[in-house]
Amino acid sequence: MTPGECLIDVIQGSELMFNQNNDELILLAHGDGGMLTHQLLRDYFLRYFHNPLLDTLTDASVFRSENGRMAIATDAFVVDPIFFPGGDIGKLAVCGTINDLAVSGAEPLYLTASFIIEEGFSLADLEKIIASMSQTCREAGVQIIAGDTKVVGRGQVDKVYITTTGVGYLLSEANLGYQRLEPGDRVLVNGSLGDHGLTILLQRETLGMESPLVSDCAPLGRTIKNLLSRFKGIKFMRDLTRGGLATNAKEIALASGMDFWLDEATLPVKDSVKGITEFLGLDPLYLANEGKFLVIVAAQEANALLKFLKDEMFAGEACLIGDIQAGQGNVYLKTALGGTRKLNMMAGAPLPRIC
Amino acid sequence: MQTELRAPMLGRQMLLKLTSLAQKAARHLGRPAILMEVCGTHTMAIAKSGLRSLLDGCLELRSGPGCPVCVTDHKDIDKIIALARQHNVMIATFGDMLRVPGTISSLEQERARGAQIEIFYSPLEAVTFAAGHDQKEVVFLGVGFETTIPGIALSIAAAKSRNIPNYSVFSVHKLVPPVMETLLHDPELNIDGLILPGHVCTITGRSAFDFVAAKYGMPAVIAGFEPVDIVKAVYLLLKQIIDGPIRTANGYPRLVREEGNRNAKEIMKEYFEPADVCWRGFGLIPQSGLAVQKKYSFFDAAVRFPVEVPELLPADGCACGDVLKGKITPPQCPLFAGVCTPLRPVGPCMVSSEGACAVYYHYE
Repeated sequence: MTPGECLIDVIQGSELMFNQNNDELILLAHGDGGMLTHQLLRDYFLRYFHNPLLDTLTDASVFRSENGRMAIATDAFVVDPIFFPGGDIGKLAVCGTINDLAVSGAEPLYLTASFIIEEGFSLADLEKIIASMSQTCREAGVQIIAGDTKVVGRGQVDKVYITTTGVGYLLSEANLGYQRLEPGDRVLVNGSLGDHGLTILLQRETLGMESPLVSDCAPLGRTIKNLLSRFKGIKFMRDLTRGGLATNAKEIALASGMDFWLDEATLPVKDSVKGITEFLGLDPLYLANEGKFLVIVAAQEANALLKFLKDEMFAGEACLIGDIQAGQGNVYLKTALGGTRKLNMMAGAPLPRIC
Repeated sequence: MQTELRAPMLGRQMLLKLTSLAQKAARHLGRPAILMEVCGTHTMAIAKSGLRSLLDGCLELRSGPGCPVCVTDHKDIDKIIALARQHNVMIATFGDMLRVPGTISSLEQERARGAQIEIFYSPLEAVTFAAGHDQKEVVFLGVGFETTIPGIALSIAAAKSRNIPNYSVFSVHKLVPPVMETLLHDPELNIDGLILPGHVCTITGRSAFDFVAAKYGMPAVIAGFEPVDIVKAVYLLLKQIIDGPIRTANGYPRLVREEGNRNAKEIMKEYFEPADVCWRGFGLIPQSGLAVQKKYSFFDAAVRFPVEVPELLPADGCACGDVLKGKITPPQCPLFAGVCTPLRPVGPCMVSSEGACAVYYHYE
């Protein structure tokens, strides 16, 4: 062993001791259902998530239901890194499920949250994640009313994975579906594309790049509820997560049998995103977003909806990006040069885990 | 980004002029002119700007051998797979190499089986990574043309000066002028002009491609990568085809110099030496690749981790070779979009973001 190697061992050894002395770690016993599990529940999860339904700590939460349609959505979150500019895995886990409900026309009410935690994970980091979830829930007006915690051995998961399930009532105003799409409908997005996907990508140590970008991760429930109560002409919505605008538009096109005609010049993409994606050979239309959605609306309401998004919903970068035409399930992009290209679904980009 | 070059009106006005010139060239030749864009970045820019659709019927644009991932021989991929399977070796690579299929596996499949593979944008980052992980042997895959080779040469210089013994380069680098020469020799080649790779020419200089026009009488224009750059290059090529004189013209003078980048060329020469290498679709081309110089063999992964792989044939029916030579367009390959897709690629042209087949699949 060279002196250099010795030195590294010493440094690593001292870090380990530091962890043992000053930073509490998740132990396998935190997941065994015994005393430590209860401590974890009481001191961390309940401290942040507490509400009358969850506090009962029963196997299931019982809540009142009225007559009406309900929506349910579930999503697992494995993002790496777990903390990133603009958010963390906890905020993402709340927003992701809330947004799936919201774009389906439902008002998100309750969430469940399951955690799979790696042995040796820092309790301080876990608390940061829980606090962030609690904060996001407050902003979105939802509560976490059931949950589960499992701890697995080192290396069996990477730090922490979270699964959330959400339920909500369908808003009476909502009348959404592929079958409502008609030629002439307009397509809008509520802001710039690709911010989340690129932010996560740039966090990889091996890319060696720094940027001022932050994830757009945000709950959309309130914005969408406001839109649905004002604009009866909204026919379809989709949050533009994995696969980005291109893949999601293509999915809607295929399901509805209509064509999308998007105008490249109107697509909102930040200059920094344009520059970096060009440098890395990526296409921002295929990058994930976590606070962006697409709205398809009857033409006569499109301008008013755009104005409302910009003026009342703080979506200054919202844009009309194209329209729907009769067709065969294609997505066409009119390029700045006046040409046309087709957009297809993403087929496996070399990206890290993005959500 | 040079935003003034992206002004839509500029491009559209130039395009109007171009279309009438292309029609004139078609009358002159008795058929629409066929031009080859050598560089994969051009293929991508042409597809993304919709240029092909705008010129449809009066001009054909074909892709050439200018995507470094696509021209990597399947046997080299097999060797890389064998390297990845060696104990303690961590493969450092540009992202595009991950899904390229060899005859038996791909790096992506190997990673799933437990091989250590990390994606880097800059080889210098890989050197820093090696310094911080001295128990691993970090092998950087040197894949690329004149544009990427100087950066990889610098990574060897950095590993040497920082005394990092666990960094090495597996060089399958290739040079563009020799493959152009081979292509132009091919009696079956049926093209009327070449759009030459602007980025490669920033290193080599315009003069390195003089032979294209001087020796083979092939009209040639070096092009930049904005849509208007490509429109301009096509315009200059059509002028040559109709009126002459035939020459290797510099259509990218804001970056390309007559003799190129002297520093970069010297760095390449210091760390690499010419070698006979195999190109996918072309076979062995003498002196068309670069190997690590003998005096730096300590940083040569081919010397440090010698691997032998059996002679295997690539997949049946894969026409990547003909696509790379511009003999067919990707949709003319029998496997295109059916058997061969970006998720389950048979040939490398369907993998790289700048591979002709992947570009056609995604955008055309």
